[in-house]
Amino acid sequence: MTPESHSTFTEAPAIRPVVATAVVAEPEVESAGRWTRGHVPGEVGIWIFILGDMTLYAALFGSFMADRSRDVALFNESAAELHVSFGAINTLLLLCSSLFVVLGIRAVREQISRQRAPLLFALAMVCGAGFVVNKYFEYSDLLSSDLPPAENAFFIYYYVLTGIHLTHLLAGMCVLYFLYRTSRRPRLEQKQIRAAESGASFWHVVDLLWIVLFPLLYLVA
Amino acid sequence: MPALLRTVAVPVWALLMVATVVSWSIGADHGADSNQELATTVIMTTAFAKTWFVGMYFMELRHAPLALRLLFNAWCIVGCAAVLGIYLLG
Repeated sequence: MTPESHSTFTEAPAIRPVVATAVVAEPEVESAGRWTRGHVPGEVGIWIFILGDMTLYAALFGSFMADRSRDVALFNESAAELHVSFGAINTLLLLCSSLFVVLGIRAVREQISRQRAPLLFALAMVCGAGFVVNKYFEYSDLLSSDLPPAENAFFIYYYVLTGIHLTHLLAGMCVLYFLYRTSRRPRLEQKQIRAAESGASFWHVVDLLWIVLFPLLYLVA
Repeated sequence: MPALLRTVAVPVWALLMVATVVSWSIGADHGADSNQELATTVIMTTAFAKTWFVGMYFMELRHAPLALRLLFNAWCIVGCAAVLGIYLLG
C-alpha cells in the first residue's frame, strides 16, 4: 500500500459534490491539486500543532541568540560548564528511537514483519527512557555545582528550553505507549493507522527540536 | 526483519548519527580560539540540515502536499538563517 493510497487529500476530489466540480474552472482545480495532492502523515490537526510548536521554538532559538549576542562572554563561559557528552548521547538516543518508530509504522502500515511492530515501539520507549535518565543525571550534576542558574541568563534559557523539551518528551513517551498498544492489535483500521502516524509525527518532532537544541546550547562558541 | 530495513530511512539514520558524532567532535573543543565562527556555522547548518532529513524521511514529508512541504522547508531555512544571522552579525 503506498502512502498516497490513504490520503485525505487524494480522496477529496472523489467525495466532492458533482455540482461543485462542474462550476469550478479546470485550471483552478489543477492548481488546488498541486498544493494539496499527497499524503499527510497523520491528522491535519496534529500538523497544525506541530508547526505551531516548531514556530514557538524557532522564536525561542532567535531570542536565545539575540540575548547571547548581548553577553557573549557569559554565554560562552556558562556553555563550557555543560558536559557535551550528555547532550550528544541524548541526540543519538532520540535518533535511534526515531528510526524504531519509522520501522514500527512501516511494519504496521505495510504489513512487513508485522509481528515486530510492538518490539520496535518498545525499543523506542527504551531510548526515550534513556534520554530521561541521562537528563536526570545532567540536571543533578548541574544543580549540585556552585552555578547560580537563577542569576545567569544562559542557564535560565538552558532550563526553560530543555524543560519544555523534556515535557514534550514525556508526552511523547505516552504517545509511544499508545503506539505500542495499538500495534499489538492483529488488524488496524485506516483511522487507527492515521492516529498512529499522528503519534509518530509528534515523536519525530521531539527528536527534531532536540537536534537543534543540542548544538545551540552545548556547541555554539 | 531485513525486508523491514529495506527503506531509505535506514541510510538517512546512519547519516544523521555520523553527522551528530562529527558535530560533537568539532564542538567539544570549546576552548579553541581558532575558527570558532566557522565551526559554529558548520555545526548549526548541519543541525538544520539534519532537521530537514528528519522531516523528509522520518516524518514522511517528501510524500506530503506541497503546501506542508513548503512550510517545513521555510522553517528549516528561516530558522537556520535567523540563528546564524544573529550569531554572525549580532
